[in-house]
Amino acid sequence: MGVLGLGLLAGCDTRGQLSYKYGKDLSNKIMGRTFKLKNTDGETMTLSSFRGMMPMVFFGFTQCPAVCPTTLARAAKIKKLMGADGDRLQVIFITLDPERDTPEILDAYMKAFDPTFVALYGTLEETQATAKEFDVFYEKVPAGDTYTISHTATSYVYDSNGGLRLGLSTALSAEQCTEDLLTVMEVC
Amino acid sequence: MRPVLNHIKHAVLGLSLLGLAAQASAQTTVDDAWVRATVPSQSASGAFMTLTADSDSKLLSVASPVAKDVQIHEMTMKNDVMSMGPVKSVDLPAGKAVTFDPNGYHVMLMGLTGQLKEGESVPLTLTVENAKGEQQTLEVKAPVRALTSMQGHDHSKMH
Repeated sequence: MGVLGLGLLAGCDTRGQLSYKYGKDLSNKIMGRTFKLKNTDGETMTLSSFRGMMPMVFFGFTQCPAVCPTTLARAAKIKKLMGADGDRLQVIFITLDPERDTPEILDAYMKAFDPTFVALYGTLEETQATAKEFDVFYEKVPAGDTYTISHTATSYVYDSNGGLRLGLSTALSAEQCTEDLLTVMEVC
Repeated sequence: MRPVLNHIKHAVLGLSLLGLAAQASAQTTVDDAWVRATVPSQSASGAFMTLTADSDSKLLSVASPVAKDVQIHEMTMKNDVMSMGPVKSVDLPAGKAVTFDPNGYHVMLMGLTGQLKEGESVPLTLTVENAKGEQQTLEVKAPVRALTSMQGHDHSKMH
């Protein structure tokens, strides 16, 4: 547990120097500082709306049949695996498909996974700006007379002071993610 | 939960075998078909299954009364970017189980006519063509599983 010990010594103000077993250290990146989107109650939310919590941000769309529901199901499992610490994990789903993902659909979709999960949406321009800020790639792929969306599937984790910490790939299991999330939590 | 799922699996198998019996040239089996549940107003979902053909064949198309448009899609992951798009057909090499799961190929049900609820079942009609150009149709009743179903996710670590 030397890593955890170091983390405690480093304290909240120190960026970086945390050693993750599975995720990617993103503490030298600046992402998600300026986004401003709406939650499904119509309230404007920014990263600082979640101060005190450990936000885990993920981009997707509800018509996605594979990676989006599996990533959200993984997030729900992580929250359970974290036990009492899971109460501080704030899962945030940002839709890349605001044209089809209405607040009603987003609200029902989140609640199916965990009632505490938050979905955020914006206009097409706001969505584009937010994705750019996170360096998230996405593009519409024509499919018949409709479309599907290819997109970056990484989950981005912040500490409770709003400092970006960790990127979790979809290839990681809930158990692996939990281990790294608890490392972040040891610091803040 | 387990016995119920097994029961459903057997029911699906039984139905696909019935499909086989009805088709003299039928040579493909469908196992463990399921469809992901949706929330109200959600207009698309995915269907998953394992197909095994006993001679080199191709899955050409899938149809279902619950969706206006059914397409076969392939999902690929590269640098944690998920790419998705329609494919014309999927090769089913002789004797090889080809998995349609959340990590690869899947059947997209688009333009859903209503909400898909856990516990219901969805009829799917699969059209498969063998190397001689003979087509067969397979009728499958796929149970609807929870939106939160993680089946397939754990396979990703094996790649």
